[in-house]
Amino acid sequence: MAQPARQAVSKLLSGHESEILAEWQRRLKDDGALKGGRLKETELNAQCASFLRLVRKAFEGGAVDADSEQFAETLQMLGDLSSSRAAQGFSPRETAIFVFSLKQPLFEALERHGGADATAKMQVSWSIGELLDRFGLFTIEAFQKRREELIVRQEREISELSTPVIKLWDGILALPLIGTLDSQRTGVVMENLLESIVAQSAEIAIIDITGVPTVDTLTAQHLLKTVSAARLMGADCIISGIRPQIAQTMVHLGVELTVVSKASLADAFALALARRGRTVTRVRKPESPAAQA
Amino acid sequence: MQGDGVDRIPILKLGEALLVTIQVDMHDQLAQALEEDLTTAIVKHGARGVLIDISALEVVDSFIGRMLDTIAAVSRMLDADTVVVGMRPAVAITLVELGLSLNGVKTALNVDRGMALIQPHTWRSDDDEDGD
Repeated sequence: MAQPARQAVSKLLSGHESEILAEWQRRLKDDGALKGGRLKETELNAQCASFLRLVRKAFEGGAVDADSEQFAETLQMLGDLSSSRAAQGFSPRETAIFVFSLKQPLFEALERHGGADATAKMQVSWSIGELLDRFGLFTIEAFQKRREELIVRQEREISELSTPVIKLWDGILALPLIGTLDSQRTGVVMENLLESIVAQSAEIAIIDITGVPTVDTLTAQHLLKTVSAARLMGADCIISGIRPQIAQTMVHLGVELTVVSKASLADAFALALARRGRTVTRVRKPESPAAQA
Repeated sequence: MQGDGVDRIPILKLGEALLVTIQVDMHDQLAQALEEDLTTAIVKHGARGVLIDISALEVVDSFIGRMLDTIAAVSRMLDADTVVVGMRPAVAITLVELGLSLNGVKTALNVDRGMALIQPHTWRSDDDEDGD
């Protein structure tokens, strides 16, 4: 940014800060920044005021353009703002408009107080536009980054949540699978299952695929791999919960599961108990305390 | 590194079963020596089962996997069951990824359960002799 333009912007900001601020806040509110109650008016006002103050301080400190180190604090503030907006569920447009809506008030202030030299004013407005564009883009970038972090975290949480290994009985484990099985998830599932087999010294593992929406050749292959690995460690696997449509699809695809499979988890559990030499029987109703008295 | 008795894996006789515990990293020569020793021992002791404990084995390759398969095939030919016990999860995953699912081999989680897999055979002959 050229020296005269810089000085003009600096002067404009320090001389008419409250005027610009009021106009900016009015525009933000008109645009619906407070709609939905996600942001309080006082909060928005404070954010606007602190942004303007930081920009003014940066110019007073001798900032040249958006990359100047004097703007570090401003960028930090914008980054925090984007993160919090992303977390609050604002859209990228709503987040970026915070910066872009400052343009108009600044241009108007420049129009009123910028003197008579049209060329100089154009120069200054160009500089302001450029600077705010950079800030706006930075805001969007920070917003995007925050959203991506959120997605990565959720992905990890989902993969952790969806692969629990449950102990049903001494030596009998159940692994209810939910969601599509890709190679990466199969790896996690397999590891979890094998670790649990060792930890619980289980002999039978029931893999329940009620929650798996589709089974194609690849998924079947992943399942069979898991079964083979469990067998290598000395545990038998039973597959349960194959839904009727899936069973049909699998047969049509020519996929063959060379493992014991049962229709429901209950059937598989009964088989597992039988293999362990146990059965479930109904006990006689214990006498009620009233009868004894 | 020559098979002079120091670099060999000991084979223990337990009833009618043989117990092999692999405690060191298997290199190819050692694997070959084990295969030979084991075959000889099965014939010598008339063993009905072979337990191979690989709970200390952390690294496997396709050669070791094939060796296990070969030992199982040879033992079967000599009328002895092979049970691989104590395989670690990482080893199991590696073998599956290598496409070696050791179909001819029985597996068990630990030596106790492995013995239980072999016992029915050894006991059956006992029962016959006792005439119970």
